[in-house]
Amino acid sequence: MVPVAYRVERRREELPDTVTLWLRPTAQALPTPTPGQFNMLWAFGVGEVPISLAGVDGDVLAHTVRRVGQVTEALCALAEGDEVGVRGPYGAGWDLPRAAGRDVLVVAGGLGLVPLRPLIHDVLAGRHRFGSVALCIGARSPSELLYTEEVSRWADEMDVTIAVDTAPPSWKGRVGVVTKLIASAGIDPTLTTAFVCGPEVMMRFAARAALDRGVPPSEVFVSLERNMACAIGHCGHCQLGPHFVCKDGPVLAWDRVAPQLAVRAR
Amino acid sequence: MTSIADLLADHPLFEGLPPGSNELIAGCGRNAHFATGEYLLSADASADEFFVLRRGHVAIEVDTPRRGPLVVATLGEGEVLGVSWMLPPYRWTFDARAVEPTSAIALDASCLRAKCDDDPALGYELFKRFAGLVRNRLQAARLQLVDLYGNDAS
Repeated sequence: MVPVAYRVERRREELPDTVTLWLRPTAQALPTPTPGQFNMLWAFGVGEVPISLAGVDGDVLAHTVRRVGQVTEALCALAEGDEVGVRGPYGAGWDLPRAAGRDVLVVAGGLGLVPLRPLIHDVLAGRHRFGSVALCIGARSPSELLYTEEVSRWADEMDVTIAVDTAPPSWKGRVGVVTKLIASAGIDPTLTTAFVCGPEVMMRFAARAALDRGVPPSEVFVSLERNMACAIGHCGHCQLGPHFVCKDGPVLAWDRVAPQLAVRAR
Repeated sequence: MTSIADLLADHPLFEGLPPGSNELIAGCGRNAHFATGEYLLSADASADEFFVLRRGHVAIEVDTPRRGPLVVATLGEGEVLGVSWMLPPYRWTFDARAVEPTSAIALDASCLRAKCDDDPALGYELFKRFAGLVRNRLQAARLQLVDLYGNDAS
């Protein structure tokens, strides 16, 4: 529960409100996280928030942070050389080994591409272990797409399609909802494992689209976002029915969480 | 060479229709090709022909006075462009521009409407199928309205 000091080794503005920080331990490193896990990042004097892993390279952790509140504002304002507290890694990540020998469908909406990025890195590192790989990305507009240069490189080794909500005429990609891309993704649905991350509404519709294609419910995985505070399943802030999202998730199989996600807060 | 009737028979919107139906519908069809930048539909123009896209990619646009044309949706291979031909006043609502070289089966709207009037069973079946298409587009449009990727949608 005690944060470990990391130093900002590199910082990159992804979007006007979104920054990627590469963090190197000042002394002892935390255990290496797996794709889909998260760390609690502590902006000293401000507070602590759960942030998904965006990548890992040895002891260096990459986290992409969007400025949405006081703590993320402080994290985004960090400069190279500044220190941040880190504790983790926490939660259950993507179960990529179960997709070995199968087709892989990755669906990312907005900032949901962040926790999928290390999964995609692992898919590419062992590309021969998977069948067809389709990546469907959705965003508000072309200017709000993340990791654009990297995504272009990924397209050399997987089928990448992008849909935005609105676009100027110069945009050559698709315009529409990301779920529409799933209908035409080049996969064999019954032999596909799907990994989905984005806003919860998007994930509900994306999971439904994957199921409509014939992907089994037990092979659709979503990464949930809840108000995670302790990150170890004690405080209950992130409880979703029988699940503690911080500990049992954030990645959970669709057939385990669909009933809870169908409950409306009225 | 594959006939228009055969091409229609392989399309989800037309497959499984009663025998002879696709030949009947194909009688209203022709092959059409569009260069990049060419318009397939123009807003407010008479909805004389709609398109079953075979190849390429089309942007559906709305022109705005200050921001110029905005792309509100795109359609690609296998999709159907145009539903306003079905109901009065038979006018297109949006522009549709080929983003890349595009091939389509163009179906004459008044020809097909007349055949549907003559064969109500075929007309009902066809309109049911188009209703599914319209439902899917409506759901997609509503999702776009939600601003799915905004912070408030989380």
